[in-house]
Formats: sequence, structure tokens, C-alpha cells
Amino acid sequence: MVEHRPWNDIIAYAILTFGVFIVAFPVYLALIASTHDAATVVGGNMPLSPGSHTLDNYYRAIFVGGSRTSREPVGHMLLNSLISATGIAVGKIFISILSAYAVVYFRFPFRKTAFWIIFVTLMLPVEVRIYPTYKVVSDLHMLDTYAGLILPLIASATGTLLFRQFFMTVPDELLEASRIDGAGPFRFFKDTLLPLSVTTIAALFVIQFIYGWNQYLWPLLITTQDSMQTIVTGIKKMLTTTDELAEWQLAMATAVLAMLPPVAVVVFMQRLFVRGLVETEK
Amino acid sequence: MEKSAFFNSKLLPYLLLVPQLIITFVFFYWPASQAVWQSFLREDAFGLSSEFIGLENYQALLAQPEYYKAMLTTLVFSSLVAVLSLSIALLFATQADKNLKAAPVYKTLMIWPYAVAPAVAGVLWIFMFHPSLGTLARPLRWMGFDWNPLLNGNHAMTLVVMAAVWKQISYNFLFFLAGLQSIPKSVLEAGAIDGAGPMRRFWTIVFPLLSPTTFFLLVVNIVYVFFDTFGIIDAVTGGGPAGSTTTMVYKVYADGRLGGDLGSSAAQSVVLMVIVIALTAIQFRYVERKVQY
Repeated sequence: MVEHRPWNDIIAYAILTFGVFIVAFPVYLALIASTHDAATVVGGNMPLSPGSHTLDNYYRAIFVGGSRTSREPVGHMLLNSLISATGIAVGKIFISILSAYAVVYFRFPFRKTAFWIIFVTLMLPVEVRIYPTYKVVSDLHMLDTYAGLILPLIASATGTLLFRQFFMTVPDELLEASRIDGAGPFRFFKDTLLPLSVTTIAALFVIQFIYGWNQYLWPLLITTQDSMQTIVTGIKKMLTTTDELAEWQLAMATAVLAMLPPVAVVVFMQRLFVRGLVETEK
Repeated sequence: MEKSAFFNSKLLPYLLLVPQLIITFVFFYWPASQAVWQSFLREDAFGLSSEFIGLENYQALLAQPEYYKAMLTTLVFSSLVAVLSLSIALLFATQADKNLKAAPVYKTLMIWPYAVAPAVAGVLWIFMFHPSLGTLARPLRWMGFDWNPLLNGNHAMTLVVMAAVWKQISYNFLFFLAGLQSIPKSVLEAGAIDGAGPMRRFWTIVFPLLSPTTFFLLVVNIVYVFFDTFGIIDAVTGGGPAGSTTTMVYKVYADGRLGGDLGSSAAQSVVLMVIVIALTAIQFRYVERKVQY
């Protein structure tokens, strides 16, 4: 900043620390709750320091499941979330890098039409067309399958637009040079374009993984068997029994487990995350 | 923008497009057109028979006081969340934009809630403010405030707004910070030489230069409140008490699933589609302006 005043920095630190406190407090409470036994949490006088039931709670949440709610243990839900989030990310990258390649590097009739057909999907999130999509998936016998969890969420244009934008910045000389070297469309894609796109792919993967992991409404609708639940839908179901019976300490342990993978992705791959976030919004 | 160098294969581009086009048609266009079609039908409760009834679903919808209530709820909810999360994020971003040694650390500490699922965020907030066991509900009661989001509609709305704002601050923070950092320092120095203090510089230089970011974020936030907050509402209140947190999107879900009224649900879907398309159109007009800017 222009003038340097020490108190200015102090105010900034104070406000930011307060901000971090607001942001972290709900999660801190969840962490604490996941270390106490049921009675302490439900009693309404939970201390703000960790308790002694950490291992017990997490063990029960992951491997055993709630005793009163007879829900699936969370370990399996974590696996379901991992499979569907990875599937959504990989699937979206796969179909969109191919279609972006076609739209940018080829000239063919209906090229613009194809682009617009894909582009329009940007406008309508799955929540708007939820029941008809449910019907389609059920007619295709994909309820309670990974395909049903993954495929409908892949139908969107963000990836295609991102790759299209990136391909436009790749110098034309590269294509001309590869053509002189005798490379066809496959060779150019594999040896030139794909290596150049690695960062874009990684950034898109990070964003889509978080998006897929955090899905709620869609998995809630199309999974009827507990064995196909994802962890985000599982937490809510732990709390649907009457409040006195809900095992909050297990629900909070589950919440912590549900937050861990995507938060770790953001913290440890911050560069890619920021890039993916900013570029998918262009 | 077009490439000047390209391949001339006849069949290959179509093959490359096939996977995305199939998925888009099966899971996007087909269901979307079904929603439009269904909104003109009346189905019995078991979905066995249906008859064409024209605009009756829309007429019934517009005659429903609950629908106007849901519209109003959506309006209140989205304006509160957008205004609060934007201003709080802007405050934090302006502080992080100062030349602080620890700024990168604070940035990391501010952005991670983006990764928390809306439904999980909802669970965290209801746990904090649960009337009987919430850690923060206790002091409220102790001060003589009859806090009960499970029974009181205004309390429920407050809680849902807080959870939604909490989750959105990180996103807005990130974009505001990027916007602030792209403002040339020379402009601020010129302002300082002319004798403008920090506050004056903020309101007359920084804030106007930031307006494209703010406007972009406003649209994104409204879309966020419309759709992504479904998980928060479902986890915190389930649309209640007495429909006081039922937004338009939540009503599409509730009427179709719990009420089994698919025709009305489809009509609501169509209304929402129109709103989203309008919002997107606004956003695109703005994006064009940004390019000139």
C-alpha cells in the first residue's frame, strides 16, 4: 500500500484472524464433537476441548455404523464417494477434451451447431431437471449403480469450454510443424497437445473432483440401497431419526471424514485449485 | 476466434464429438424436454396414466399462495446471502491485499471452506445452533433469547442464511482478492499524492475498478443460492418450519417427491429454467462488457 502505518497492519491482522476464526469455528466444533461420547454431546454442555473417545467414534463410524439407526458404516460410503467423484472428474475430462479437440482443430459441417448444443447445457444445472433425469436413469436401469451416479453429472459444458479456451492459446505453428513431420490427428493429439494440456487437465480434475464429491441431491434421489450411498448423503440420514436418538458424535465424525478429502485437495493443490476455479468461470 | 491451421478429416471430428453428444442428449436434452412436456400433463399418483391439460399446471401453480411464498423466500434468501457474503468477503479480501507477510497463509486459511459440501456445511451449522445441544444456542438462551430454528421460521431462515454465507465467503474472497491485485498500484499512488486517504481511495478508486468482479460475483452468487444451497436447506431445516425456508428449487424437489405432483413440479422446473436462462443472458452481456474494459 502507499503509506505504511503500523496500526494499519495490526487492524488487517485482527480482521483476518477474526475471519479465519469464523471460517474455522464450525469445523472445530465438529472435530471436538467427534472426540466425545454421545452423552456429552447431546447433554448440551460439550466442552471446547477434545475428549477421549476419538478412536472409538471413528472406528465405529467407519467400520460398524450407528447402533440405533442401523445405517451402513461410513467406510463403504467413502469408497462410493471416491469412485463417483473420480468417475465424474475423469469422465468429464475425457469427453470434453475430445469434443474440444474436434471443435477447435477440425473444420466440418455442423461444427458450430455441435458447439452450441454442448454450450447450452451450461445454463441448466441438474437440480432444475431432476425428476425427468431420474426417470431417464431409471428407464436405463441405472438406479443404484455407479453409472447412474456419474453419467448425468458429466453432461455439462464447463470442461469443453475450458479446453477450447486453452487450445485456442496453443500456437498454430505447433500444428504446422507436426504436420511437416508427418503427424496425423492422433499423433498431434498424443505427442503435442496432451502434454501441453497437463496443467489444465489437473486443474479441471481438482474442481470436478470437489464438485463430484459434494453432490447431494442427485445421489439422494437415485440411491435406494444403503450400500450405494455416498458419504455426503449418509450424514444427513444419520440425523433423520429424532434428535434425541441421533448419534451426533458419529455424525460429526462422518462430517469430518466427508470434509477431509476435498479440503485436502484444496489445501495441498491450491495452485491448481485456484487456476481451475478462475478458468472454469471465464 | 478461429484456428488458421486445422485437420481436414471427414469422419474423425464426429467420432470425437460422439461421447459428449450422446451423454448430453440422453441426460440433458431428453430430460429437459420431458420436463417441458410433463408440465402440460396430469399424471395420476402412480404414473400409470396421463392426460394433456394444457396450461392448467401453470394456472394451478400461479394460484397457489405457497408458490408466491416460495418466490418471496427465494428472493429474501438470495439477497441476504449475496449481500452478506459479498460484503464480508470484500472486507477480508481488502485486508489480505495489504502488504502483509502472512497474507499467503491467510489466503489458504480463508479458501478451504469452498471444498465443504453444502449438505455438510448445513449439518455443521445446525449442530452449532441446535436448540437443545448447540454450543452457540446455549449463550443465546442464557441471554433470554428464545432461540429455536426448528420451530421459528425467522430463526430457521437466519440459520440457513448464515450457513450459506459461511460456505460462499471463500469463493468471493478468492475472486475479490484476484480483482484487487489486478488494480494497478500507480492509480492508488496517484490518489494518495492528491491527498486521498485509505477510505476515500477505496470508495473512489478501488470499488469502481472492482465493479466488474463484483457484478460477476453477484450473478454467480445468485445462481449459487438458487441451486447449490439445496443441500444446506435440506440438512438444516428440510424446508420448514411450515415452509418458511422452502425456496423455489426446494419446492420442485418437495412437490415431486413428497407430494408426488410431477406435473406441478415440472411446471416449476420450467419456470426455473426461464429464470436461469435470463440470469445467464445477463451474465453474458456483462462478460462482453468486460472484454471491452
